[in-house]
Amino acid sequence: MALNAAFVGRTFPPAGPYHVGIEKIREFAAALGYTSTDWLDGADPIAPPTFPIVATMPATRRALADPELGLDYRRVVHGAQRFVSSRPVRASDVLMVAVTIETIRPAGRHHIITTRSEVTTVEGEHVCTAYSTLVERGDVP
Amino acid sequence: MTAVDQNEAGRRFAVGDSLPPRTFALTRADLVRYCGASGDFNPIHWSDRQARAASLPGVIAHGMLTMGLAVRIVTDWLGAPSAVLDYETRFARPVVVPDDDRGVGITVTAVLSEHLPRRRARFDLTARVGGEEVFGRCAVIAQLPDRAASASNVDSEPSARVGDRT
Repeated sequence: MALNAAFVGRTFPPAGPYHVGIEKIREFAAALGYTSTDWLDGADPIAPPTFPIVATMPATRRALADPELGLDYRRVVHGAQRFVSSRPVRASDVLMVAVTIETIRPAGRHHIITTRSEVTTVEGEHVCTAYSTLVERGDVP
Repeated sequence: MTAVDQNEAGRRFAVGDSLPPRTFALTRADLVRYCGASGDFNPIHWSDRQARAASLPGVIAHGMLTMGLAVRIVTDWLGAPSAVLDYETRFARPVVVPDDDRGVGITVTAVLSEHLPRRRARFDLTARVGGEEVFGRCAVIAQLPDRAASASNVDSEPSARVGDRT
């Protein structure tokens, strides 16, 4: 099914607040095999570069769940991802995520949708911009 | 192409220099752990049945897990994740993780491809499983340590931590 092109350019109300937390950063870092280091062990640990996905993926998923868009998330695979950071996420951060649908285009039997997620603190400081390319596969029943 | 070690991080970088290659093993347990840590519980990452129903050969690693692992070639070498300013990956091929104790080995390489202003550099990464590239493109822009800080590191810490931890 074709996706609703009227969604291109739409920005959704910011999702959040996402309270980061010390142990969440440590858990995420441990899942990537990071072991104890000074940047993880301190009172305000620094998150690994891909940590923002923890907040941006659910925000993106919620945004794309609008039935008017026509996306079947069960058939979605991750095509590409980029993080452009102003600074790393820290345990003391409280984040908001504003998702924008940037492009929607067909690719053979598939549809490709690209999103931009602006990750800021609740105070409005830019933390990172996350770009996702999602592919809705057309070959799966 | 010469491998530069971390001791030289602030002193000498040339386009074409490579970081010490890394190999990361992924088992089903690692995937389950990443499900919990990331909140991504898509069943293609833990159920063979549901992975096959999605036309996959079996359970696959999260692209974000592979991406998060690969950048360790840079973050471990520089000693902190805060140096990564821009990180981009295209997922070209799924990483199938067998249900055994060995799992799958992902070999990561990084080459300095461009010097950028303000002591930043671009690294081009590759990640291979059984010789096959799993990323279509993978690039990191990182802040390099300044010369003075690096020089003092070299004096006080002759054996760097990275490379010891492959």
